[in-house]
Amino acid sequence: MSAHLGNDYSTNEMMTVAAARNLGNGSVCFVGIGLPSKAANLARLTHAPEVVLIYESGPIGAKPSVLPLSIGDGELAETADTVVPTGEIFRYWLQGGRIDVGFLGAAQVDKYGNINTTVIGDYHKPKVRLPGAGGAPEIAGSAKKVLIILKQSHRTFVDKLAFITSVGHGEGGEHRKQLGLPGAGPVAIITDLCIMEPEEGTNEFVVTSLHPGVAREQVIENTGWQIRFADTVAVTEPPRAEELEALRALEARTAAAHGQLGGEE
Amino acid sequence: MAEFLSLRDAVERFVQNGDTVALEGFTHLIPTAAAHEIVRQNKQDLTLVRMTPDLVYDLLIGAGCAKKLIFSWGGNPGVGSLHRLRDAVEKGWPQALEIEEHSHADLANAYVAGASGLPFAVLRAYAGSDLPKVNPLIKSVTCPFTGEVLAAVPSVRPDVTVIHAQRADRKGNVLIRGILGVQKEAALAAKRCIVTVEEIVDDLEAPMNACVLPTWALTAVCLVPGGAHPSYAHGYYERDNRFYQSWDPIARDRDAFTAWIDTYIRGTADSAAYRAKIAQQQEAN
Repeated sequence: MSAHLGNDYSTNEMMTVAAARNLGNGSVCFVGIGLPSKAANLARLTHAPEVVLIYESGPIGAKPSVLPLSIGDGELAETADTVVPTGEIFRYWLQGGRIDVGFLGAAQVDKYGNINTTVIGDYHKPKVRLPGAGGAPEIAGSAKKVLIILKQSHRTFVDKLAFITSVGHGEGGEHRKQLGLPGAGPVAIITDLCIMEPEEGTNEFVVTSLHPGVAREQVIENTGWQIRFADTVAVTEPPRAEELEALRALEARTAAAHGQLGGEE
Repeated sequence: MAEFLSLRDAVERFVQNGDTVALEGFTHLIPTAAAHEIVRQNKQDLTLVRMTPDLVYDLLIGAGCAKKLIFSWGGNPGVGSLHRLRDAVEKGWPQALEIEEHSHADLANAYVAGASGLPFAVLRAYAGSDLPKVNPLIKSVTCPFTGEVLAAVPSVRPDVTVIHAQRADRKGNVLIRGILGVQKEAALAAKRCIVTVEEIVDDLEAPMNACVLPTWALTAVCLVPGGAHPSYAHGYYERDNRFYQSWDPIARDRDAFTAWIDTYIRGTADSAAYRAKIAQQQEAN
């Protein structure tokens, strides 16, 4: 579905690869379903074989061969180091301060990395009712840092969220600290166009790296607030052959296992 | 001691109109057959509690059994929306649905508190989130030792919990394995607990420290093989991903949905008849 850049790889592949690179080997990662799960597993299959993937349903150290379709697929349990009750995941492992990276998707995000997955329009008379919070509010609160991955558009990168489900940097600046949240909050938003990071001081997300072939205008057009660019904007390294190979093999295995469903939301 | 009952008898005796009901199972071991039986018996005005409403509550909401939903993530996993839930929330069909919305960590803690006999759960949550603005039951409490302000939420204590498990022994002790979700907590938080199982065996062959619910902590055990379909039962059958996908067009349309439950749920006598009819339909495709 996504556009191809130079016929070598798609913008979606660039997004997944760029997100995966943010996950360090050996880090303990609380994984959301969909795009975060795809990127986290790509990291595990490439540069980060020792990454520990934790899913909210209970598996700790999951090593699935295909992408899970649901957050509680059987293969996550079968390949895990241990499977604990869901309450324990949130109490001991997340709230207990044992998660290095929370890896989240979103329906909408704002300039401070706050996330909406609840509702578009008025809460009591919604235009669109979204699935809701799931594990995200506490992952966003308690993980030592947070990565956000989602496709960029006017509809997803909005100036003002109808609803803050999971907090990023709140109203910017020191607001997150004032809220008393233990984790550092979102450190990067990875999209199909670019990478954004919080600007020092304001904690407003600014573009720090453009994916190859992406013009600034494209990013501006697809952002609902007046997006700013860092003083130095890098060009994201294109996917390496081994990254693409691992990603495509993972997607092919997933498609074979799940049919047309494919594991991407 | 748990009684061995047919699912029909267990639902008739232990699920009352107006009850708070938790059908738990986190993606795995979702007690779908019990939901079907609740529809067949046309139970009304239920307050439904479940972290992930999933297809099982989409069905109960669309069938008009629910007056309120307590939940923390309401999607069709890997597919999209729960259309019956959305239609009830957005348009009030087939009747208005009150919603009480939490996060997963909150509801999981609320079940733990319920099983622990406590009135509320305490957790580090919600700072900066809008959820407390729309759910007045999310309050805060100040730690008497450190002064830290933490979230306080009411415990979940259902009138009846229904869970599905792999096996029971002949006394009614139940073994659950694989992804446990909050099944154990939901069972122990409730006044009454019905467990549907894949099989009844002489010996559970449970390893030490396995998740075993003792018979004296349960109300009824019902033999319902396949009772978790379209979710899965680890060691018995896999998740029917295609069913989750095929639910989307059924649930998207009010008439299609009504025709489906009239045929497959109200039009079948029990879980075995339902399974036979579904198998027939899947073969035809």
